[in-house]
Amino acid sequence: MPQREQLIFEYSRAGRGASDQWPHEADPAALADLPAALRRAAPPQLPEVGELEAVRHFTRLSQLNFSIDTHFYPLGSCTMKYNPKACNQYAMLPEFLARHPLAPESSGQGLLACLYELQEMLKAVSGMEGVALSPMAGAHGEFAGVAMIRAYHRARGDLKRNEIIVPEAAHGTNPATATMCGCVVREIPIEPEGDVDVAALEAAVGPNTAGIMLTNPSTLGLFERRIEEVARIVHEAGGLLYYDGANLNAILGKVRPGDMGFDVIHMNLHKTFSTPHGGGGPGAGAVGVGARLVPFLPVPLVGREGERYRWLTEADLPQSIGRLSAFMGNTGVLLRAYIYMRLLGREGMQSVGEYATLNANYLMARLRAAGFDVPYPRRRAGHEFIVTLKRQARELNVTAMDFAKRLLDYGFHAPTTYFPLLVPECLLIEPTETESKDVLDAFVSAMSQIQKEAEQEPARVTTAPHTMPVRRLDDVRAARQLDLTWKPTPP
Amino acid sequence: MAFIPHTQADVAAMVDAIGVARIEDLFDEIPQGLRIKSLAGVPTALNEMEIGRLMGARARADGAPLSFIGAGAYEHHIPAAVWGITTRGEFYSAYTPYQAEASQGTLQMIYEFQTMIARLTGMEVANASMYDGASATAEAALMAVRANRKSKAARILVPATVHPHYRRVAVTTASNQGLKFEELPYCTAEGITPSASLARYEGQDITALMVQQPNFFGRLEDVDALTDWARARAILVIAIVNPTSLALLKPPGEWGARGADIAVGEGQPLGVPLSSGGPYLGFMTARMEHVRQLPGRIVGRTLDVAGREGFTLTLQAREQHIRRAKATSNICTNQGLAVTAATIYMSLMGPQGLTRTAAAAHARTRELIAALTRVPGVRLAFPGPYFHEAVLTLDRPVAPVLKSLSNRGILGGLDLSGYFPELGNALLVCATETKTAADVERYRAQLTEAMQAARAA
Repeated sequence: MPQREQLIFEYSRAGRGASDQWPHEADPAALADLPAALRRAAPPQLPEVGELEAVRHFTRLSQLNFSIDTHFYPLGSCTMKYNPKACNQYAMLPEFLARHPLAPESSGQGLLACLYELQEMLKAVSGMEGVALSPMAGAHGEFAGVAMIRAYHRARGDLKRNEIIVPEAAHGTNPATATMCGCVVREIPIEPEGDVDVAALEAAVGPNTAGIMLTNPSTLGLFERRIEEVARIVHEAGGLLYYDGANLNAILGKVRPGDMGFDVIHMNLHKTFSTPHGGGGPGAGAVGVGARLVPFLPVPLVGREGERYRWLTEADLPQSIGRLSAFMGNTGVLLRAYIYMRLLGREGMQSVGEYATLNANYLMARLRAAGFDVPYPRRRAGHEFIVTLKRQARELNVTAMDFAKRLLDYGFHAPTTYFPLLVPECLLIEPTETESKDVLDAFVSAMSQIQKEAEQEPARVTTAPHTMPVRRLDDVRAARQLDLTWKPTPP
Repeated sequence: MAFIPHTQADVAAMVDAIGVARIEDLFDEIPQGLRIKSLAGVPTALNEMEIGRLMGARARADGAPLSFIGAGAYEHHIPAAVWGITTRGEFYSAYTPYQAEASQGTLQMIYEFQTMIARLTGMEVANASMYDGASATAEAALMAVRANRKSKAARILVPATVHPHYRRVAVTTASNQGLKFEELPYCTAEGITPSASLARYEGQDITALMVQQPNFFGRLEDVDALTDWARARAILVIAIVNPTSLALLKPPGEWGARGADIAVGEGQPLGVPLSSGGPYLGFMTARMEHVRQLPGRIVGRTLDVAGREGFTLTLQAREQHIRRAKATSNICTNQGLAVTAATIYMSLMGPQGLTRTAAAAHARTRELIAALTRVPGVRLAFPGPYFHEAVLTLDRPVAPVLKSLSNRGILGGLDLSGYFPELGNALLVCATETKTAADVERYRAQLTEAMQAARAA
């Protein structure tokens, strides 16, 4: 791995520039109508670099990253599977890239056909009656889902229902979303074997219950075995069930959230349907709903009339929760998901759930055999599972974070660390279906090797990583002595 | 199939290691009655050659019309290097830089992005981006309520000249938290927000005032007067700006005597293709005193244990994975790829290139307006300065004229009659540096014919 790269601003030289990219200078008279009082005094201080300098700089920066294309990336809850190159290439055909979001439907029938079919396929895999594609991330889809639950209760004149129940192991976005929707969060505990505490749920529901947000398999990687009972309790109390689709990959083609009793779901297309994670985004968080919530879906949707496709807007859905993006969400991401789903087809999609689950259970079995502890040894893994390093932390003073950092030296991106919060010293490991047995075996070897180091020369592990462009960073300093933008050093 | 590399021998060894007979046994915790046998409703698989053929046909069906639509999404030249580098696997297939040591590329790139956006807007701090300009605007309203501790009312004044979709997104996003958005009328003769319209709010508890520059009509608002009025009354100013325009126009950090408090906008013009609406990026900036109220990811520079500089996500105590129900927002991503593209674009343009782009776009729009207003029945709706976008008024309904133009391969602009019926037959048009003099002449000639056809009909 290259060691480091200076900042683009440090390459900057006054008067230099990638001038081949610039338009010809406009007649200054054309700017005469812009009033001086509204003009900028001096040009913005952007870097002044040549094209090759910029290309080298950003290429080198890219090389400082781990990525799926270069490394095993078993980040639990994130479904870091291979992003097929075809999905990018065909979503970036020039006509798709050039199309303006407000162009007439007549010049977008090809695009709209893809989006319409994507809606239909997502309905089929989720068991839902309606799908909206505009939410731009999982958390955005969560927002749409809870906003629909609120709108549904309000439309029935049931104004008291403002409580959202979440299990204690839920993703942080769940309670944050409930708050954004003006709801109050009630956390309920889970049982020792990892299922929702049904007695606690029964005690928690009531006339104020708007709904419950659940991930299934849960953030512990465990299938919620009493899901039908949970659904009955919440529905009988007048609440609705929200499915956080973060872990849909585990059950794709095996069981559908709609059949489990969920009323609304968001699907992370950047996870299950393999659109790129892009260094943190853009994602896409399509929402699916049961019949009761269809009128509240966010706009726009894509409708079909005979052979023609058109946008459905506020005029078609007067009860819609409204608009979530300026236009149609992350359209280019939606196209990538569409291409992926067509490439897989129904047979491929069933294999996804099967092989993601196979890989997770295999890796879990191998790590257990190698002496690592799992908190739920009697349970099957979903598509991910937890290893707890509580024992290593206590006996060897080597933590989950230390293992994670040392894994980087072995050429593996670390699993998710310290989430879920209720399992101490945890690594949440999600291999995904696109990794081979060889890669999983190599990961087990690395973990065993690190365990040996932890026993024999723990400092090697506790001071890791040693081979990255930087060693461990001072996060406290980062937060206290804020340095968020570059400023030239005074001469 | 499905990019799964397993051989039969692999599977046999793996189920054996797990201690089950077959893969199916791994699903034995799922109640039998819930299991499905197949995914009817999903078509059977296509191979890559077949999907290529299908997508190629669909793309061609959409064609490549000559477009003069702006309205918040702008066609600009994008250097080949921008997406050539952005789609490198190391950027494309990485995730949120949770493991900072293995993500220095993404982290440093975001730090450079934050710096460039702060300089462009004249603001002190920028985050790693929001979903798009509309969602950044909605989050700015929520942020203003947190940041303005003197105000209890959660009332936001929103000029009608702010992009209508942004206004709707703000309502969808923030109304469940009790925010009240109050529309400020605009002058239908001038197309801007008169400072006088603020007088009725004198002495009232107002949390923030939004100002879009250029506004939705392309017109330039009196940002200094609006900012000064608000800041003198402890009302926060939320600027919504077009990044290209900032090469020429006064940045929000310099509006009025003290500048805006929060500045947001749509980053799409910075190297991101139109792509029917996304993925784009919303940029979000603020004055330093409000940094802890910013939503979203923020990257900071710090030192490692050996004293070397490095980059990391910082101020995470604001965020959902730490604060859960008390977080500043539920957002847990940014628009990483679009941010990468914007950062490379700004580097290639630099101060000179971006200034030339802004000037060329504006010059071309002036030529367009001059040409189109020579067509009988077409006039400029508002006198006064605009930037690279303007409203025309036709002497007949806009929709049939646009349809006729569309049949001739020209997208003539956005019909405003559904958004601003009081303006009559209003048409929002835009040209950028990507349009040639011949394109402008083609539009003029075709509009002349389309208007005649509409008159005849």
